[in-house]
Amino acid sequence: MSEGTLYDKVWDRHKVTTLPTGQDQLFVGLHLIHEVTSPQAFGMLRERDLEVAYPELTHATVDHIVPTADQSRPYEEDAAEEMMAELEANVREAGIEFSDPTTGDQGIVHVIGPEQGLTQPGKTIVCGDSHTSTHGAFGALAFGIGTSQIRDVLATGTVAMEKQKVRKIQVDGELGEGVEAKDIILEIIRRLGTEGGVGYVYEYAGEAIESLGMEGRMSICNMSIEGGARAGYVNPDETTYEWLEETDYFQENPEKFEELKPYWESIRSDADAEYDDVVHIDADDLEPVVTWGTTPGQGIGITDPIPEPESLPAEKQDTARRAQEHMRVAPGETMEGYNIDVAFLGSCTNARLPDLRRAARIVEGRAVADDVRAMVVPGSQRVQKAAEEEGLKDTFEEAGFEWRNAGCSMCLGMNEDQLEGDEACASSSNRNFVGRQGSKDGRTVLMNPQMVATAAITGEVTDVRELPETEVTA
Amino acid sequence: MGDEIEIPEVDYVSGSGVPIRGNDIDTDQIIPARFMKVVTFDGLGEFAFFDLRFDDDDNQKDHPFNEDRFQDSSVMVVNSNFGCGSSREHAPQALMRWGIDAIIGESFAEIFAGNCLALGIPTVTADSETIEALQDWVDENPDGEIDIDVEAEEVTYDDETIDVTVDDAQRKALVEGVWDTTALMKSNAGAVRETARELPYVDDAAIPDAE
Repeated sequence: MSEGTLYDKVWDRHKVTTLPTGQDQLFVGLHLIHEVTSPQAFGMLRERDLEVAYPELTHATVDHIVPTADQSRPYEEDAAEEMMAELEANVREAGIEFSDPTTGDQGIVHVIGPEQGLTQPGKTIVCGDSHTSTHGAFGALAFGIGTSQIRDVLATGTVAMEKQKVRKIQVDGELGEGVEAKDIILEIIRRLGTEGGVGYVYEYAGEAIESLGMEGRMSICNMSIEGGARAGYVNPDETTYEWLEETDYFQENPEKFEELKPYWESIRSDADAEYDDVVHIDADDLEPVVTWGTTPGQGIGITDPIPEPESLPAEKQDTARRAQEHMRVAPGETMEGYNIDVAFLGSCTNARLPDLRRAARIVEGRAVADDVRAMVVPGSQRVQKAAEEEGLKDTFEEAGFEWRNAGCSMCLGMNEDQLEGDEACASSSNRNFVGRQGSKDGRTVLMNPQMVATAAITGEVTDVRELPETEVTA
Repeated sequence: MGDEIEIPEVDYVSGSGVPIRGNDIDTDQIIPARFMKVVTFDGLGEFAFFDLRFDDDDNQKDHPFNEDRFQDSSVMVVNSNFGCGSSREHAPQALMRWGIDAIIGESFAEIFAGNCLALGIPTVTADSETIEALQDWVDENPDGEIDIDVEAEEVTYDDETIDVTVDDAQRKALVEGVWDTTALMKSNAGAVRETARELPYVDDAAIPDAE
């Protein structure tokens, strides 16, 4: 059993009692809700004549179904309008603050929480969304829950959980050019497997993690769930505090910053903390990672050959064969040169300002390849505005990208942004599951934002480090 | 308050089986996102595994959920990491509404298993050899009865009894009928407020008064 880790400390501070099932009842410090997984929970509450217990610790946004082109109301799609209207009615009745598109604060739930300072170290944070693990980047204990658990949290301010083991993932060394946080987490999932983290919480540590900004840390924690770990976190440090100080909450309540800092310091993992498992990764060895298959664990370095299914562990072979058939790739080849039809720059993994900046540097003065549909979907209205102010929108548009409004968009194809037929997509998102981007024959290749930008320019999966200067067309 | 609802104990499930083969079957496969544009879970059953069951022209493809012989099945037999990916409770809701009462598999993704528990659906595990043998048997015996004894952690079929594993908390919750946690946790409201007051980041104003 772990001892003295951030996980242990935050757990203990939030534990109300042990339930008869042996699970612990945990207090929830921040409950984020969105339009897809919450309406049924509010319905269950009404059936039982229950009220929202902690509305002030609850915050809503709309992200999954929101159109990213025309956002005028009513939404063109009836189902989307109905879900939005339902959320509006629910938050109004319960007195829950709602970052709707008219506020300028709307965006993907895992982008807006950190932006507004709602996400803080040492909080327990839940949301009906598996990528809630993102908020662990701030040293919060954050995990996704199902709709019945949303009902529990709404009605009681608590959630029933079993305590997990803690695996420390020590990432030493320094990332090379063109290699990003995304590549670290794709490598972790490739190495430990999509179910390697089941039963664990991941603590990301080491100099390669500490030298990342908050956005990079969020990209890593975000995809913990793709490795089977429901939560992942980074211990809070000066980088964390600098971010927090700039957020709305601490700008409006500056005295809280000094007041809470000792708490944040106190929940950091002790130097002599005990872990259930420790894994080492060397960042120096990493190159840009791309996926060749249909699970996030099926990744390889851009110059590495796609594995022979027979060379994989027995239980992975069948999945690999089916994935290679779906993706139409052959073992022994690299992913370089894989033709793409769509380039998607967005999602809760990689649609924050620095992500767009890095991609824009690649795109600047170049043009999107013929026949490639390229789009940028900023993670939030604030990211969108900031990017527009510093000229990134112009850079992308001049190159031939579409510039959209904030939302989940083509990460999961719940709005109009979807792959068609068997289109192949270079995507900065988090899941390459069959059908994930809206077409069951669609093919998704996950990669970092610079790599997405590069693929958009060349029309094929390309090593960003090899992008020749001669490609410059403008 | 009207929150006292009857929670049945789920200590025993029996029914015929349906094999769903393959590792890493994610919740996007179980219920594609486009069917989640709804504000209730009603009617999700017909969309379970939709893209695996139908082609672009809505013609049926080969899938156990399409086969007549499995239409009355209630025990699904799956392989490893079943239910990975999105946290959508729509996935177990769709399976339950299709008719699934219990799932036996090599392993389950955590959020999925938790969602199943919230619906009173046991997710019991056994090693891959045991699972594959059971899947083969179900294929040969689509009407054959499978009995799951949640408390004893045993599955019986064809005069054979195999040991399975049920997560401790899940077993207690199902056997004792406390898997619907809302009322149980609500009864601790006083202790919850105490915990909240001890947390430096929670404003007193956010903590409700005692009822």
